[in-house]
Amino acid sequence: MRRWFADHWVMTVGLMVLLYLFLPIAVVAGLSFNRPSNRLSYDFNAFTTDNWTNLCGPADLCDAVGRSAWIGLLATVFATILGTLMAFALARHKFRGRSLTNLLIFLPMATPELVMGTSLLALFTAGGLQLGFVTILIAHIMFCVSFVVVTVKARLAGMDARLEEAAMDLYATPFQTFRRITLPLVLPGIVAAALLAFSLSFDDFIITNFNSGNTVTFPMYVWGANQRGIPPQVNVIGTAMFAIALLLVLATNVRRRRGARVA
Amino acid sequence: MSLLTGVGARPVGAPGSDKAERRDRRRWLPYLLLLPGAAWLFLFFVVPTIQLGATSLYDPSGSVTAGYAMTWEFSNYPDAIAYAWPQILRSFSYAAIATVIGIVIGYPLAYAIAQKAGRWKNLLLVCVVAPMFTSFLVRTLAWKTILSDNGWLVGFLRDIGLLGDDGRLLATPAAVILGLTYNFLPFLVLPLYASLERLDYRLIEAAGDLYASPTRTFFKVTLPLSMPGLVAGTLLFFIPAVGDYINAALLGNTNTNMVGNVVNSAFLSRQEPPQGAALSFLLMAIILAIVFAYVRRSGTDEVV
Repeated sequence: MRRWFADHWVMTVGLMVLLYLFLPIAVVAGLSFNRPSNRLSYDFNAFTTDNWTNLCGPADLCDAVGRSAWIGLLATVFATILGTLMAFALARHKFRGRSLTNLLIFLPMATPELVMGTSLLALFTAGGLQLGFVTILIAHIMFCVSFVVVTVKARLAGMDARLEEAAMDLYATPFQTFRRITLPLVLPGIVAAALLAFSLSFDDFIITNFNSGNTVTFPMYVWGANQRGIPPQVNVIGTAMFAIALLLVLATNVRRRRGARVA
Repeated sequence: MSLLTGVGARPVGAPGSDKAERRDRRRWLPYLLLLPGAAWLFLFFVVPTIQLGATSLYDPSGSVTAGYAMTWEFSNYPDAIAYAWPQILRSFSYAAIATVIGIVIGYPLAYAIAQKAGRWKNLLLVCVVAPMFTSFLVRTLAWKTILSDNGWLVGFLRDIGLLGDDGRLLATPAAVILGLTYNFLPFLVLPLYASLERLDYRLIEAAGDLYASPTRTFFKVTLPLSMPGLVAGTLLFFIPAVGDYINAALLGNTNTNMVGNVVNSAFLSRQEPPQGAALSFLLMAIILAIVFAYVRRSGTDEVV
């Protein structure tokens, strides 16, 4: 027994920590099937699937989710384009001002959201800009760009540049090289970056809270509902987000493994 | 499209004039690629930060509707500190305690995945990230349920006597620190894992062969080699934890408010932007100072 413990205590502790990480998820999933006894009670009362079938029951919930999805989609498209271009510049070119550029990309990731949120609010107030959908979108693109750059750059750095050189040697035009070699190789990095950007945008609360005016995103809805009682449908959304993201990750993992086996 | 690959700019048996033209294009090309993103970051990160600094020096007697006058009111800073020093101290102490707990529980997890998990490595890694797929607020509200006064956890702790009969978990500093630890733990574990994964297990075996005790091996071999990941991880954990006010708002009470709660109310309910801006700017300055001191102290000098 002592011997077993000496060999396995690290793994045991690790698994216990994972259990701690999953405890709230289990609670969220459980409460998504709960019929609460009253509006302010979060105790498990009775099993029901009503929350899943009647998702848009609570006023404004589905509007908020839809708005978050829209903002997430737009922010993802813009941030992925801006960030991918920057990543190509940093990974493929020598130029003056590289360290300054790196600092500009690093700083938003090292700054608390509180500071970025209040800074943007100060700017929008000073500039007389109406807070709402547009200001949220501007903010989300800003904090997503850096994460896109880092993700795509990592993929580019791990790529063998000789493959492109070989294509050129074989008389491929620059466009063909990009289309047939570079893009397929770097695409998984871009997709990963886009997924990361979407999840960051969809889930952002602090920066959005300062710059949303009266526009209600899903996290803003949850924050507001906390005062008057959270409808159980919020837990359905939480569970669904978890399940969808997990499926996406597992699917890409399986595909990658299958690809590795073929290669 | 050679713009993107950067390969096309390489001379591939091109005539001389064409070559020169391409070299010329190659020089301004990176700036063209950088321009949109860098401009965005400049306009909506750098400029706002400067504006935050400016707002923190506005005459506080103005109002949101009538506007504020720039009077270089440096006294806003001592005033704001006098108003919110307990919350400032709380932010840093809560975040520091949470970081220490995070290291204590996150290190074994990262080590187990990196060195002990074998073919389960990828799956366990997904498990570390997976909880973050659920909305931050929804997760934190789930903790509110778990820690609630009539929940099973409080009941159990009361039964075994760890909590008094009217003892509670919710609305205590412990709940806020637990929430901070929970929400930012993956940020600490991932870089730590990346460092430990590269660690050559033969080095640990070698230390054992040379009669080093496991403790000694850990402090002399494992820990120093994982230092870059530990430094990155603690910063990625500590920085958002200091600025967070959601855990304090949802799991704590007014006695556990952190500086973020004060900034939030200064901007959004009390309508005192200069005070909020001063506190926010101060927070950023302190964090930058800590980051640079920390990176320099535990940085490459000591690791190598």
